[in-house]
Amino acid sequence: MTAASHPLSSLPDAWRGQAAPPLAEGETVCAWLELDLDTELRYARGALVLTETRLLAASADAPGWRDWPLREGMRLALSDHAGVVAAELVDARARLALWRTTMAHHAGAVRLADQFERQLAALTQGGVAARLAPACPRCHAPLPEGEQDCPACEAEAPVENRGWALLRLRRFARPYRGKLLLGFILTVLSTAATLVPPYLTMPLMDDVLIPFQNGKPIDYDLAALYLSGLLGAALVAWVLGWSRTYILAWVSERIGADLRTSAYEHLQQLSLEYFGGKRTGDLMARIGNETDRICVFLSLHLLDFATDVLMILMTAGILVSIDPWLALATLLPLPFIAWLIHLVRDKLRHGFEKVDRNWAEITNVLADTIPGIRVVKAFAQEKREVARFREANNHNLAVNDKVNTTWSMFSPTVILLTEVGLLVVWIFGIWQIANHHISVGVLAAFLAYISRFYLRLDSMSRIVSVTQKAAAGAKRIFDILDRVSSVPEPAHPVPIGGLEGRIQIREATFRYGTRAVLRGIDLDIQPGEMIGLVGHSGSGKSTLVNLICRFYDVAQGSIKVDGVDIRALSIPGYRRNIGVVLQEPFLFFGTVAENIAYGKPEATREEIVAAARAAHAHEFILRLPHGYDSLVGERGQALSGGERQRISIARALLIDPRILILDEATSSVDTSTEQEIQKALDNLVQGRTTIAVAHRLSTLRRADRLVVLDRGRIVEQGRHEDLIAKGGAYYRLHQAQTRQLDPPGSDSTWDGDDEEQA
Amino acid sequence: MSSTFFPYTLSRNAYGRLICTPTDGGPAEEVTPVRAFPIDTESEDISLVGPGGHEVAWISRLADLPPEAREMVREELGHREFMPEIQRIVQVASYVTPTTWTVRTSRGEARLWLKSEQDIRRISQSKLLISDGHGIHFLIRDLERLDRASRRILDRFL
Repeated sequence: MTAASHPLSSLPDAWRGQAAPPLAEGETVCAWLELDLDTELRYARGALVLTETRLLAASADAPGWRDWPLREGMRLALSDHAGVVAAELVDARARLALWRTTMAHHAGAVRLADQFERQLAALTQGGVAARLAPACPRCHAPLPEGEQDCPACEAEAPVENRGWALLRLRRFARPYRGKLLLGFILTVLSTAATLVPPYLTMPLMDDVLIPFQNGKPIDYDLAALYLSGLLGAALVAWVLGWSRTYILAWVSERIGADLRTSAYEHLQQLSLEYFGGKRTGDLMARIGNETDRICVFLSLHLLDFATDVLMILMTAGILVSIDPWLALATLLPLPFIAWLIHLVRDKLRHGFEKVDRNWAEITNVLADTIPGIRVVKAFAQEKREVARFREANNHNLAVNDKVNTTWSMFSPTVILLTEVGLLVVWIFGIWQIANHHISVGVLAAFLAYISRFYLRLDSMSRIVSVTQKAAAGAKRIFDILDRVSSVPEPAHPVPIGGLEGRIQIREATFRYGTRAVLRGIDLDIQPGEMIGLVGHSGSGKSTLVNLICRFYDVAQGSIKVDGVDIRALSIPGYRRNIGVVLQEPFLFFGTVAENIAYGKPEATREEIVAAARAAHAHEFILRLPHGYDSLVGERGQALSGGERQRISIARALLIDPRILILDEATSSVDTSTEQEIQKALDNLVQGRTTIAVAHRLSTLRRADRLVVLDRGRIVEQGRHEDLIAKGGAYYRLHQAQTRQLDPPGSDSTWDGDDEEQA
Repeated sequence: MSSTFFPYTLSRNAYGRLICTPTDGGPAEEVTPVRAFPIDTESEDISLVGPGGHEVAWISRLADLPPEAREMVREELGHREFMPEIQRIVQVASYVTPTTWTVRTSRGEARLWLKSEQDIRRISQSKLLISDGHGIHFLIRDLERLDRASRRILDRFL
């Protein structure tokens, strides 16, 4: 029996072997759902299995399978709340059964309910239900044609072992291989040059000074030779050290810059979902400080460390070649120090990671309160904000104190060990001299070497902390670089030229976390049609617009533009066809002209002026002191809300999009400004597929069709008059605004207003 | 059966839904109890919300309810609220996020998929809320009362 023909082959592994559901002859598993909660919401294993004729359920607490034969009138209703999915089997009279599972199995539940519905429909009509396409047994996502492994699961599977973050910097070092090799050779040579002087102390001592003490005259020629050797070695070391440091600093600066740009570039590709979760301060700290820290680490600390390791290896070699026994005594404390370094390493690293996270926390407090300073002042909460900052700062202090406790112990211990090490060499050396095994010069050379040697060990011990800091930084950078956009760019995008602007939304479902925001939206929008989306706040209007812009991807269902799923189009290519005017127009620091041309930097001056004219922005721009060259944005000229909005409308007009999104474009301005903006908008809407979201219904008076959303579903659509006549949700919304929100005659009765204006 | 604080009767229909009938003879409505402060477990502010999402009744203390109704609301909340309390962190797959934790909770042993350290939210000095990748919220009620090993693991993520 092959795996495919086995009736249970599609069941999850855990359920296949142990307690197979009692299937009748010819009965097969059509869909299944793994349950991980019982009805009392405790974690427990269970399963739901759908066959051609029955629904079977098993749970961990009760042995065996219960079954419900399928019959007309049955329904499998799914609902979810707080991460728990409830599946209820109901018929016309009562609830027959209830199962619960966590959101992890939501896709499976949807699939099961889907198949259940098909089979019931087939039962009613007397046919045989079509089976759903094969799906991944883990996540239930449909498998691509001919594939065995699920791409969604693979992408989701956490990469457990990421290796040492710093090693991953190799990728950025690769372009500079040649320079790095040169730097390494220079490092070896310069280190070797610095080892010459201590070696020369040996003959200086034995051949010049000791004979003099024993009554012989000083051999000046020999002394001059050795001394010039000392000077020469120092000069060579100087030149080599200088060029080595220069080259390696040059390389590391470039690695740091590349890293910074890559992180920023990747960040720009990520979906809005990522920015919703991360706070600005943290992201700014990562890209700014961490890359800088890594750069300093590479150019300074890593270089020093490499030099030190080379020096220790060379010194050890020289010492052994002079006198193996004394070398042994000298090198004895080394393993002990290495062990000490290892001991402290772990503790310090976590400490430093903590310090980093806390630092981001402080930045977050700043990023939270400084933009909200008006609210802080208006509610006189300055003191509380200071207290909040102080708390974050104190936390930072506490964490730093903890790290410093370990850290401060560390260096003095190393120094103590150095002294002890020197003492050992003295004792052993004097004993060896007394036994005439070595000369005084050898001991002097050893002491000269070892004092350097231990000094390097001390500085090497510092590498532990800086490496950990840099590794922590690198990890945080790679956190960004490893993030896969939740709105992926298709591998083989369908080419798009000019779009027509026909939008088809089918069964679009979307959730933020566990909260379902859109539930099965179906909407067709014709090219050039203007759709007004209305509904209470939280009804899913803005979310729908975000899905059309592909700021997010639908959880289920599809959105097609001109018959092509937007997930198959290249993102920049698609967005170039979309113009967006948001509630809060954002102007970048720069001139008015640059801001208008933001979506099309190559626009000519004529185009910019034409766009500004159409957006009714031309005249007020001319009134600015520097006209189109006036600086605006955060550090520039102050503009009113209406003016900024008209600039952003001009920005949308300039790219001449086929699809236009107006997301509460007039919500944040007063009614008279709104009228100015409205004129500009009317120009913009002309001949484009427009989707306008508005809380104020009057803004939508030109819409061809109004779509009323309520709690993620379309409840009504049609023209204003028809909807009013219908007396449904739209009528209530309209009534509520006429009565409460607006003064009579301002903008509530648009049919009346329109006539007056006409 | 009615009380001065709560002029409704609660019952359950065949679909297992809670039905709220005003004692003054108004129309009966299907309701769902919703905690207003789900994380602040001290609070007993509960709203009975109708199918359209509108509030039918407000309960500020469960003790105000007649015992039978109280039991029903409690039972319904028990089926609705799902915020497992972490009692012990048994094991973590990796200290680098995304990672999977095996935790012992008030609702049994579970696996928690942590997408990023940012999903651990500090509610107060000792209370933490961890949102797992599937949208389930895990609560750590008191950091101080966790055992040492769990605290040490958690510390690496804070």
